[in-house]
Amino acid sequence: MRQHQKEIHAFNPESYVASTVKAMPPSGIRKFFDLVNEMEGAISLGVGEPDFVTPWHIREACIYSLESGMTSYTSNKGMPELRDRISEQMKREAGLEYDPVEEILITTGVSEAVDLAFRATLNPGDEVIVPEPCYVAYVPDIVLAGGVPVTVTTRLSDLFKVRPEEISRALTRRSKALILSYPNNPTGAIMSREDLEELADVVVENDLMVVSDEVYGKLTYSGRHVSFAQLEGMQDRTIVLNGLSKSHAMTGWRVGFALGNSALVSAMTKIHQYTMLCAPVMAQVAALEALQKGEDGMLAMKHEYDLRRRLFVSGLNRIGLDCFEPQGAFYAFPSVKETGLTSEAFAEQLLKKQKVAVVPGNVFGAGGEGFLRCSYATSREELIEALDRMETFLKGL
Amino acid sequence: MSEILEILSENARATPAEIATLLGLSEEDVAREIKDLEDSGVIKKYITLINWEKLEGSYVFAVIELKVSLQRKTGYDSVAERIARFSEVDSVRLISGDHDLQITVRGKSMKDVAFFVAEKIATLDGVQSTCTHFILKSYKEHGVILTDRPKPKRLVVTP
Repeated sequence: MRQHQKEIHAFNPESYVASTVKAMPPSGIRKFFDLVNEMEGAISLGVGEPDFVTPWHIREACIYSLESGMTSYTSNKGMPELRDRISEQMKREAGLEYDPVEEILITTGVSEAVDLAFRATLNPGDEVIVPEPCYVAYVPDIVLAGGVPVTVTTRLSDLFKVRPEEISRALTRRSKALILSYPNNPTGAIMSREDLEELADVVVENDLMVVSDEVYGKLTYSGRHVSFAQLEGMQDRTIVLNGLSKSHAMTGWRVGFALGNSALVSAMTKIHQYTMLCAPVMAQVAALEALQKGEDGMLAMKHEYDLRRRLFVSGLNRIGLDCFEPQGAFYAFPSVKETGLTSEAFAEQLLKKQKVAVVPGNVFGAGGEGFLRCSYATSREELIEALDRMETFLKGL
Repeated sequence: MSEILEILSENARATPAEIATLLGLSEEDVAREIKDLEDSGVIKKYITLINWEKLEGSYVFAVIELKVSLQRKTGYDSVAERIARFSEVDSVRLISGDHDLQITVRGKSMKDVAFFVAEKIATLDGVQSTCTHFILKSYKEHGVILTDRPKPKRLVVTP
């Protein structure tokens, strides 16, 4: 054996990392995470999840299922009872019919569903139009699926809604899909039925598919959330992604749903069955309980976010950080352009001087430069204290 | 139900200005509504929820169930109102089930409470029997869990 040693090269693990992965920039949030983590007495407005614990009846239902031994795989698409329930709810709330057998897939969080939607539909080089600022995973997921993300910018002057002109400008002959995420992380913007209808024309004319991430849909503070699939003729064109993470404070459970035409959902299910097999059974049991009996608890949390939204947004405007009124999710997106600082410089100095963590807007795409994402999914006391500290910081500039 | 009451029931010290910010109303409107609620007796009092168990040797509490004979014309009211006048008595409620009234009594010691019940309550006309349950530990009062557990931590910054 020993005589072969000369020919063996030293193993270089770095060189084994795929070039697409190597080229992927690290998350812009990481730096702030490390800074805040080491800091005593910091208030974090940087958290993209509810500060509530999952309501007790949901946790209890899961505990009971474990006691009764529900620890096996479920069917690939997820527990039939859960798919039935989702189907009923979509019918009741959105007037949309989805066949629970063919058109609904339970995933391990909406994150998996986003990945599946792209991998199941993109051929190498296919383009996906991504309105930014947006959640940080869409662009990498498209790249990993072999697609090409084409970003368009939404603007404060349009209240961060996607305009059809912007879509038109981004179109090429390779354009295949558009991703929508409203209510939006990080801006808190929503799109009304009328806003969406303006997009529908350009979507149809150019034969685009729409992936609609509606995980913040329940957290809409003015009027009712409208899904893109609800527009006339759009249901088959749209893959609706939803989950309970934000509405029912269930982020760590990892359970989401994808709804769409059976051809698309079957394609997603193929990948899902070879990668995830099925979503965790405990999470599915909890999701079923949440959908059956969690309405009141969800509304109570939403009501609390709404109070905090008014408290925090009026506070930002009072201390001199201009902020448009967010109407969904639990984020405020104030502008720091008046201070002359970049988002990142502002966020870093604010953290170091006053120990308040926010996420610089540029993390969510170029259009986010000049803004901060502040989550108000934190206690009122902390929000008031954070506003005081931010005011002190602004006075010291 | 009034959203103002929801907020005050959680925090009696919330000022009209703070409530106005939370609800997107004017401070004057909130102050006026609170005044109306006070005048009409919907808001009875602003009190502090105290965890007495944190203080050594503070108070002893007991729940006492009473069987009461119904009085002609006044039903349970005359006995209940009579009991309510004692300052040792924290609450008096008419209940369904085996007993008729349920009261809570606060005293300096178990002996204190036991003697109060024996002397002042059990001897009242109309009170047929009493059953005293001393409270040994309170886990939740007025919707607030008293047994402190650290809140589970979230990651400090997430997308």
